[in-house]
Amino acid sequence: MEPEHTRTRIDVLDCAKTYPDGTRGLQSTTLTVEPGEVLALLGPSGCGKTTLLRIIAGLERPDAGSRIVFGKTDVTALPVEQREIGMVFQHYALFPQMTVEANIGYGLRIRGVDAAERRRAVGELIDLVRLNGLEKKRPAALSGGQRQRVALARAVAARPRVLLLDEPLTALDAKLKESLRDELAELLRRLHITAVYVTHDQQEALAIADRLAVMQAGRIVQVGHGEALYRRPGHPFVAMFLGRVNRLERTALDRADHAFSIGGLRLTCSAALGDQNALLVRPEDIEVGEFKLGWGQALVTRRSFLGDRVQLTLAASEHASLQADVARDHAAQLGETVGIRIQPERLMPCHETT
Amino acid sequence: MRATHQSTKLLTGVTLIVSVFMLAPIGLSVMAGLVNNYSAGLKSGLTLRWLQEVLEVYGSTVSWSLLLGLLCVLGNLLIGVPCAYALARSPSRAARLFEELLTLPVAVPGLASALGLILTFGHMRDFRQSFAFILVGHMVFTLPFMVRTVSSAFQRNELLALDEAARTLGARFSQRFSGVLVPAVLPAIVAGSLMVFTLSVGEFNLTWMLHTPLTRTLPVGLADSYASMRIEIGSAYTLVFLLVILPVLWGLQAIGTLIEKHHGT
Repeated sequence: MEPEHTRTRIDVLDCAKTYPDGTRGLQSTTLTVEPGEVLALLGPSGCGKTTLLRIIAGLERPDAGSRIVFGKTDVTALPVEQREIGMVFQHYALFPQMTVEANIGYGLRIRGVDAAERRRAVGELIDLVRLNGLEKKRPAALSGGQRQRVALARAVAARPRVLLLDEPLTALDAKLKESLRDELAELLRRLHITAVYVTHDQQEALAIADRLAVMQAGRIVQVGHGEALYRRPGHPFVAMFLGRVNRLERTALDRADHAFSIGGLRLTCSAALGDQNALLVRPEDIEVGEFKLGWGQALVTRRSFLGDRVQLTLAASEHASLQADVARDHAAQLGETVGIRIQPERLMPCHETT
Repeated sequence: MRATHQSTKLLTGVTLIVSVFMLAPIGLSVMAGLVNNYSAGLKSGLTLRWLQEVLEVYGSTVSWSLLLGLLCVLGNLLIGVPCAYALARSPSRAARLFEELLTLPVAVPGLASALGLILTFGHMRDFRQSFAFILVGHMVFTLPFMVRTVSSAFQRNELLALDEAARTLGARFSQRFSGVLVPAVLPAIVAGSLMVFTLSVGEFNLTWMLHTPLTRTLPVGLADSYASMRIEIGSAYTLVFLLVILPVLWGLQAIGTLIEKHHGT
C-alpha cells in the first residue's frame, strides 16, 4: 500500500437531510476528517450518524446546498459507484454465492484488473486480515469475526480514497466484539485510509477512533479526541453519553457562593460553573473513604461487586442516590457510613455553556 | 406410553388407508394400459400393444410438451426475472396495479384467457396454427408464478444491502444485476422455473382452447384419447405420462436442490 496515494481529506459542508415526510434526519452539518484519520460518529440510535455516513458514501442524497468534498474533488453530484469509497456494512452484506476470494476481489474484477494482478492483491489482503486457508469458503461457512474481516478486506481491496464503516461490530457477541475491536483498530492504522466509523458504543469509539464526533438528534454536538471529550465534555450530552454521571443539584445560595454541597460538606468550585443549577460528576471521581474532617458523610445503600471494581450507591443528605466506583478491595460495606469527597476540578456543567 | 403407542398405530392405519385410496387409481390405470382387455382384467394377459399404439398416434405430443415446458421456462427467465426486479424495486402505485393484473390469468378460468388470445391473435393464421401460440398462452398463465416467487426474493432487505455493497465497490447496474442480484436469488429462480415447467407440462384448460389438430400437447392428447379411443389406450397414455414426465420432473427437482445446496445460503 502507498499511504500517500490513499490519504484523502473529507469535507462535509452544510450537509442536511430532510426526508420526504418532512422529518429532519440530519441538521445542517459541517465536519472535516483529516487525511488518514479514523473519525467515529458516535451517538444513540436515531441521532443521524448512519444518515451522515450514507450521505458521505453517496447512498443517500442530501438536501440542496449540501456539499461533500474528497481531497480536492467535489463528489456531491457523483453517484456512489464513482466515489471510490469502500464500505463495511452492519451485517457485512457479503455476496453469499461467492467464495471469500471472489468477495474480496469483486471490486477489482469490476474495475477490469487482470486475473494475475487480482490474485496477488487478494492474496496480500488475505494475509493482512489473516484468513489464510479460508479462500475457497463461502460466507455462510465463516464465523462472525471472519465475515467481518472479509467485509473489511473487500472494502479496501480496490484502494478506496475513503473507508466507511457502519457499526461493523454490532452483529458480534460481546466477548468477541472486544477482541475484534482492538484488532480492527490495529488494521485501520495499518491501512492508512481516511475512515469514518459509525457506532453507538462509546468504548468501541474510544478504542478505535482518533477523534470522535458525538451526535444527538440530527446534529454533531462536539468533535474532539476521546480522552479530552471524556475529561472535559463541552456539552452535558457528551458527558452523559461518554460514560456515566451523577447529577448534583445546587441551591440558589450555592450558585451565589460558587459552591456545592455534598454530604454536609460545602466546597467551592470554579466560577465558570457559577450559574449552573446542577453539576455532573463521574462515579469514579467520587472519593470514598473513612469519614473524618474535611469529608462529607454518606450511607452505603447498595454495594455491587462487578469483578474489576465495586459500585456503591450512596445516600447523602442533599443527594438521595449517588453512584460511586471504588477499587475491588475497597473496605466500604453495605449499611456503613462513609466519608465522601469530590475534587472540584472533576465537576462538569449540566447545562450547555456557550 | 401406551397412549402414544396406540396413537402411533392409529396414525399408521390412517396413513395406509389414505395411501391405498390415492395409489389404487394410479395402479388400476397403469394396469388397464397393460392388459389385453380391461373388462376381462389380468386374465386376458399382459401386452405392450396399447403403449405402442399410443407412441404411434400421440408420440409427438410428449416431445412437444417437454419442449414447450422448457421454452416457457426460458421465456419466463428472460421476461419474468427482470420484471420481478422492477416490481420489487418500484414503490409506485402503478407497479402494484401491474402486479395485480399479472396475477389475473391465474384467477380467471383458462378458457377465458384463451378466448381473449384467440380474439386478439386469431387472424394471424401462421401464428395461430403454430406451437408459438400455445407457448404465449402458457407464458401468460405461468408468468405470475415466476414473477411473484422471484420478486419476493428480490424484496428482502438482505438483497438491498447486497445491491448497495456492490454499488460501493463500483459496480454498474448491469454488473450488479447479473453478477450479484440474480445469483443471490438463484434458489428462488430455480424454484420458480420448476413450478413454471410443471404448470406448463400439465396445463390443459388454456391449451385445449388454443390447440389445433397439428399442435397438440400431452394433456390435450390425453383428453382426446380418453374421448375417442379404447380405455386401454387412454390408460397406456397415462402410463406414458408417468414414465416420461415424472422422471423429468424428479430430475429437475434434484438439479434444483443441488443448485440450492451449492449456493450455500
